[in-house]
Amino acid sequence: MCTMKKAAISNAEKDFILTCIKNRRRVDGRQAYDFRNAKISFGQDLGHCEVQLGDTRVLCQVSCEIIEPRQNRPTEGGLYFNVELSPMASPLFEPGRQSEFGIEIIRFLEKTVRDSRAIDTESLCIVAGEKVWEIRIDIHVLNHDGNIMDCVTMAAVTALSHFRRPDVSVVGEDVQVHSAADRDPVSLSVHHLPVSVTFAYFDEGKYLLVDPTEREECVMDGSMILSMNIHRELCTAHMSGDMLLVKDQIIRCTQTAIVKVSELTDLIKKALENDRKARASGNKCGFAETQRQQKVTYLKRDVTEVDVSDKVEIPEITLDETEDSKDQAESLVVLGKGTVQVGEGGHNTWLVDDVQGVKPVQQKRKKKKKHAAKKVKDAGSSEEEETVILVPDS
Amino acid sequence: MTSQRADCGNLELRSQSCEQNLLSRPDGSATYCQGDTSVIVAVYGPAEVKQSKEFLDKATLEVIFKPKVGIPGCSEKFQERLIRNTCETIVLTALHPRSSINIIIQVMHNAGSLLSCCVNSTCMALLDAGLPMSCLVAAVTCSLSCDGDIILDPTSQQEKEAKAILTFVFESRDNEIITSNTHGIYSIKQYYSCVEACRKYGFVSCQSPLGTTNTVEQ
Repeated sequence: MCTMKKAAISNAEKDFILTCIKNRRRVDGRQAYDFRNAKISFGQDLGHCEVQLGDTRVLCQVSCEIIEPRQNRPTEGGLYFNVELSPMASPLFEPGRQSEFGIEIIRFLEKTVRDSRAIDTESLCIVAGEKVWEIRIDIHVLNHDGNIMDCVTMAAVTALSHFRRPDVSVVGEDVQVHSAADRDPVSLSVHHLPVSVTFAYFDEGKYLLVDPTEREECVMDGSMILSMNIHRELCTAHMSGDMLLVKDQIIRCTQTAIVKVSELTDLIKKALENDRKARASGNKCGFAETQRQQKVTYLKRDVTEVDVSDKVEIPEITLDETEDSKDQAESLVVLGKGTVQVGEGGHNTWLVDDVQGVKPVQQKRKKKKKHAAKKVKDAGSSEEEETVILVPDS
Repeated sequence: MTSQRADCGNLELRSQSCEQNLLSRPDGSATYCQGDTSVIVAVYGPAEVKQSKEFLDKATLEVIFKPKVGIPGCSEKFQERLIRNTCETIVLTALHPRSSINIIIQVMHNAGSLLSCCVNSTCMALLDAGLPMSCLVAAVTCSLSCDGDIILDPTSQQEKEAKAILTFVFESRDNEIITSNTHGIYSIKQYYSCVEACRKYGFVSCQSPLGTTNTVEQ
């Protein structure tokens, strides 16, 4: 386990984002309670789901295998979460080792999906005490632009609803696993769909935003993540960062979360329905299919409405500077061939040779170029470049 | 009896497509699809390098290969090495000494010819990142069936039934082989006929990387 490197943010940018938030604005033009555009797509495999939340992108693949159940729960199957914070998502994610943040995500998923009993684990039992299905959920974060937690939850829940496990039949002691061609695979029994909503707090809990971007996460004091289902049941409340909240704030957040959760649940159900129809009609579907069109994307962005009705103050341009340069242009003093003095600063003090005193100096350009050309030819030679200083003939 | 592909003949490539710059964080990214096989590749670099991995005269090139399910094992490490060696011959690493170039490959769907898809995708991602390269590369996989027939760009079913699987990477300048990877048994004569069959398509792909689909499907 290692502590993750923190993303660097300049003071100017931090101040800018905070000032925006204090003025009830966000850098990307959203309102405080707006989610970014969410897009759910499925792969050709069952249980392959990709969720995009703005620029944040997560890939989830569900798979299954038969294992021996735990001693204390002989009739329950297992749910195993594996979250890979791929170095693809951000240069701060290191390959191989599981970071603190990675563990936090896995624990959050376990609380949200497994502990809220969203998946019926008893139905995963084949032979009590001997054989149960273990459902493995592999999640890869492909691009990190904030709010990984909500994106990951959405991907995991959608992929679990999309997944079908092979059918099994038990005859006496024998367990036979049927292939997809032999018998139609069975879907998991999903009791409810928990969806999470992240609230980011700024200025000691005074301001809150839904679905923070990566930049906003850099300046926030802390966050609270609530996961709920469509039945208005709270599944998880998860707080991190250093801040204190009052009871009212938490109640207010749950009210907002209810609205957001119903929107996101609708989206998930619609996506699942569309995919089911596409599969039923025998059309080809999946990731490769969505990429079929010949396209070169240079981060096309959806148009965001930005409210510019408020009066924007334009600072008056001071003309002092321009006047200064005008004066300077007039005060050009030609000191010699190719040497000019600008302003009242006096003589050029750079490259002054002691022997020649205060006399302005000039580098012979032509000669220098020749040398440079020569240097390229025998690159690697450590020969110092010669500078020829000439006395102007004025 | 080898399974026939529905979409095209055995001596043709499956339809290909590519999309660049689909991720916002990396310096370059690309996804490449060959039939149903698809991968996403991200490139970071030139960037800061760990002192232990630093080279004084060239950039450190690292390849990370991520399977869709499970943790990377031995075969993934082997793929990483193959792709790294291929990239080191084309990327002008000497122009960025004491820096790192990271290539991360994520498998999206494996429906055969995964290695060639990875190499093609990596080339497109490097192109998108704007890293200096001496030439472009194109990879073609072919398999030899038990009867000795050559199948280009095999599906995973065809790979399973094959006697040998051969992958070649060609460069765009002289259309020469820069990487050759083989599994299985074949004769020297068969090897050369595989090279020539693959070279034909490798050349087309190299000449028009973005218009691969158009050119190949004609």
